[in-house]
Amino acid sequence: MHFGPHLLLAALEGLVTSAVLALTALGLSLVFGVMRVVNVAHGEFFMLGAVLAWAISTAISDHPALGFLAALVLAPLIVGLIALVAERLVLRRLNYNPEATIVATIGMLYIIQQLALTFYGPEARPVEAPFSYRILLPWFGYSGYKLSIIAASAFLLIATWLVLTRTKIGLVMRATQYDRETAQAFGIPVERVYAGVFAFGAMLAAVAAVLIVPISQAHYLMGQDPLLLSFIVVIIGGLGSLRGTVVAAVLIGLSDGIISVFFSPTLAKIIATLLVAMVLVFRPQGLFGTSSR
Amino acid sequence: MSEASPAKAYALHLGVIALLFALSFVLPAYHHGLLARIMVLAVFAMGYNMLFGYVGLLSLGHAMFFSAGLYGAGLTVYHFGWSVPAAFAAGLACGALLALAIGLLALRTSGVAFMIVTMMFAQVFYLVILYFAAWTGGDQGLVVPQPARILVLGSASLDLTNPTVRYMSALALFSIVLLVTLAIVRSRYGRVLVAIRENEGRTKMLGYDTFSNKLAAVVVSGAICAASGAAYALLFGYVGSSFASVQYSILPLLWVLLGGIATTLGPLIGTLFMYYVVDVTSGYTSAYLLIVGIALILLVLFFPKGILGTIRQRWLGWLP
Repeated sequence: MHFGPHLLLAALEGLVTSAVLALTALGLSLVFGVMRVVNVAHGEFFMLGAVLAWAISTAISDHPALGFLAALVLAPLIVGLIALVAERLVLRRLNYNPEATIVATIGMLYIIQQLALTFYGPEARPVEAPFSYRILLPWFGYSGYKLSIIAASAFLLIATWLVLTRTKIGLVMRATQYDRETAQAFGIPVERVYAGVFAFGAMLAAVAAVLIVPISQAHYLMGQDPLLLSFIVVIIGGLGSLRGTVVAAVLIGLSDGIISVFFSPTLAKIIATLLVAMVLVFRPQGLFGTSSR
Repeated sequence: MSEASPAKAYALHLGVIALLFALSFVLPAYHHGLLARIMVLAVFAMGYNMLFGYVGLLSLGHAMFFSAGLYGAGLTVYHFGWSVPAAFAAGLACGALLALAIGLLALRTSGVAFMIVTMMFAQVFYLVILYFAAWTGGDQGLVVPQPARILVLGSASLDLTNPTVRYMSALALFSIVLLVTLAIVRSRYGRVLVAIRENEGRTKMLGYDTFSNKLAAVVVSGAICAASGAAYALLFGYVGSSFASVQYSILPLLWVLLGGIATTLGPLIGTLFMYYVVDVTSGYTSAYLLIVGIALILLVLFFPKGILGTIRQRWLGWLP
């Protein structure tokens, strides 16, 4: 293949990564933005989404599309429920203290990971894609399913943005994010908003995982890379900024796709992580964020 | 921290050291080896506690200081055939220099950003170890050969692979670090660190240079962790990238939380307790990470002060 088509292929792969990353990172960013909680267990919610997708689609094995659709609806709901319970039992009792919640979410990470290993096992298992249509480009054929991931992610991102900016729920969330005490004084049920945001953040990660699992298999350790990449995206995009998160996800996904096609993936990760650490040191508000209060 | 007679505190610490010395002669072989390992890792926890407990800086990247010591000592022995003291010094120097560089950068941030920045630097360090797998052995790691692990002192030579020598070396390192931490904590400098933890703005207003005090604490903490790593490489003869992974940044946090934040003996108690909990439970189940996870959550929920912290609060106010 020539350089041009090769680059196009790398860019398409990068866009698929970006689409999944944007959803995952948005969940992390919302939880941090509204609750000021750094959720280290976020990657495990992603993993749970993928593992549940496998479980659901094998249980409903009439037609791959049917199993996949059921997974796309049920897996995020179950993950959201688990997140809700975790929020109730642990985070609320800690009064959302930033440092205590980090330690607690590290604990959740270990618990979820170990339970997945015990009940799901150490194997990587595939989930069949709902359809296998290939789009033929002049240089190579490309999976139609991968393109549909990009479309689905864009749809969900726009929907989230509309909810945040155009509805009362979004207004209540933004008010809580802006000033928790004043919001409470105005009768906003802050604890319920927190519970909802935490569950919603986890659900976004789970949806992203269900979308990606037909092309990358479910495995109990698969939450590690998305967690780190989401941190990177959220930091570069500016904590709590939706637009920044999406821009940063596209930036990171594309550069990750292109760099790892042409260079060693480990080197790409070293450079990306180091750059992000430097951004955080010298520009803590992120490249696109406004300065935090 | 209430006013206490220094004699009482020093007597307690010397008593603990004497007890560990005596245990060497009565413990069965398995527990003897385990305790030697626990003492070396307790040094790691003490180094972590220096920063987390006394300055209040929660780092999620201390595995890089431990593994800087580990690789600093292990690689110089393995590739250049350095003697044991020289390799130990190399490990210590690597850790201290790395801590200085990381401290200069990471201390520009605070709170949550500090945790994430330290975690990212540690991740970079981990990936660098994997990237230079030709030198470091990658995830396989390297086994330091037995002939390289003989400490020559004048005419005498000590074989660090011998269990008794290994136990006594671990105890010596542990005792030195324990007494040094005790001295630091009780000194004027230690009180400045606690003042920074309690209220940085006010400490600054009183005329203390908080940045350089914190930087010094990062370097001391990094050097202690590196000493632990270097000792681990030389005493147990294995150098591997798993020691640089995120998990080894979180374990010292767990040990310190369990034993008691900002107590000098807490790290030892936490490490000891956690090791034996994992040891006992692994007899029944392989799911020891589950225990670690549950322990972390129960600790932050119900015992945010840890074992010794609770004892100090309830009964023994003079505990350092």
